[in-house]
Amino acid sequence: MNHPTNNIANHGEPENNPAISTELKHGKAYRVKSDMPFFTAFGLTSALYVLAIVAMIGAGIIKIEYQDFVNALSDQNIQYAIRLSLITCTITAILSVIVSVPIGYLMSRYQFPGSFLIDSVLDIPIILPPLVIGLSLLILFGLPIGGTESDPFTIDDAFRYLSNLILGRDLGIVFQIPAVILAQFLVACAFAVRTMRATYDQISRRHEDVALTLGCSHGQAFWRVVFPQSWRGVMTAFTLSWARALGEFGPILVFAGSVRMRTEVLPVSVFLELGIGNVKGALAVSLIMVAVAVLVLVVVRMFGGKTFESQRGAV
Amino acid sequence: MIIINDLSIRLGHFKLHQVNMTIEKSQYGVLMGKTGCGKTTVLEAICGLRRVASGSIHLGGRDVTNLKPAERGIGFVPQEGAIFTTMSVRKNIGFALSVRKWKRQAIYERVDEIAEAVGVTHLLDRKPHGLSGGERQRIALARALAFKPDILCLDEPLSALDYDTRNDMCSLLKKIVQETGVTTLHITHNRNEAIKLADQIFIFQDGAIHQTSRQSLIPKQQETALDDI
Repeated sequence: MNHPTNNIANHGEPENNPAISTELKHGKAYRVKSDMPFFTAFGLTSALYVLAIVAMIGAGIIKIEYQDFVNALSDQNIQYAIRLSLITCTITAILSVIVSVPIGYLMSRYQFPGSFLIDSVLDIPIILPPLVIGLSLLILFGLPIGGTESDPFTIDDAFRYLSNLILGRDLGIVFQIPAVILAQFLVACAFAVRTMRATYDQISRRHEDVALTLGCSHGQAFWRVVFPQSWRGVMTAFTLSWARALGEFGPILVFAGSVRMRTEVLPVSVFLELGIGNVKGALAVSLIMVAVAVLVLVVVRMFGGKTFESQRGAV
Repeated sequence: MIIINDLSIRLGHFKLHQVNMTIEKSQYGVLMGKTGCGKTTVLEAICGLRRVASGSIHLGGRDVTNLKPAERGIGFVPQEGAIFTTMSVRKNIGFALSVRKWKRQAIYERVDEIAEAVGVTHLLDRKPHGLSGGERQRIALARALAFKPDILCLDEPLSALDYDTRNDMCSLLKKIVQETGVTTLHITHNRNEAIKLADQIFIFQDGAIHQTSRQSLIPKQQETALDDI
């Protein structure tokens, strides 16, 4: 009787064990099914979606004439909206990076009681309908924190009071430019937080550990070692939140209003132009936004594609 | 000298209970054990990177149990080297010195000295991208030793290296540790490394650390040597 492990030694070739036999059951070569149906189905589905996106943008481009762009760009209201969009989006993106770096880092590195809950809270701006965000902000800033029932002193009043005290000017939030920035920021920052968290997840904690043993405090380890390694993530977070802010409409409409030459950003322009029946104007503004969005996407891909390459190579 | 006294650590469901170990001054201690037994956790506790539930850690006669990692005077070389990717090799090696605000010239000279000792002088002006595993570990070793620590902790530093590079690194480690007189704790799975390098060998088994003789590892050397190739 042969012990299975001794088969080779005893006979020079393995015993014909049906469980491990390489002999074919029916003596026919095994043939794999064609890959054609798989790739056709997947390819067609993908192509349909890509085509829908291209067709959507293409329709606008076909419909519009050069003169419509000139008319739109020479309109003072649109010029103001472009300027305001560029300024508010940039401020929003800077604020988003400032806030998302610490949140992304803490959420990536530390587990604490309630961290799951905070993680869910951070996703609320992403899943909440935009109009609800605007409405919630409106209610928040209208909350009375003093005064009388007939003449309440609201949070918005508090900002007015403070700005009067510090700047000598009556600067409120609601239906003013700060409302545009706040509405953009609340949504855009959530995307920046996700980006920064993914960035810090990709950076090995060992880098900080080594820095700590080499003489750093946690702060020094972060600013000297971790933050420089995350700069591509920072750039991605900046461009993503900028792009997100550019397209923000719902919360701005409710919280900042749609007042021409005051709180009118590009999506509001599209809405207002459509409202007065100027479809070509609305289309021109839309295509300006599409161009800017594509530009931002290209920049994101340039940074995002290489975000973790250097870190991966270094581990 | 490294003394661990009744060290207990809790990490979620993972627990280490009353672990003891002593590595004499200027000795090369190798800690071996199965994956997941807690070797790295002990090393991290020594470095100050893990909170200790109870017990004490003494380094060079000092109770460091509650000190920050930066105050313990330990050079740490992790498994993957963890070279700082945004800095040149020179800045990596001089990192601890620049944190300690050494003068630029002094940093330059010390980096040159330690880089020559570990054989990476030709790499000093390079960025870490594209360096080989052996080069990375040499740089990580130089970085850990640059500020002349009393203690050196190595967490499986040779595990990702090929056979020849590992042998070279073993020789380098032995030479450097003898020259500097640094007390060393080296974690490894590899019996050959332990036999080549260790003055004291420890085995982590069944939740406790036992010291063993080099002789006890030698009969199995041939078997492991085949595994290592």
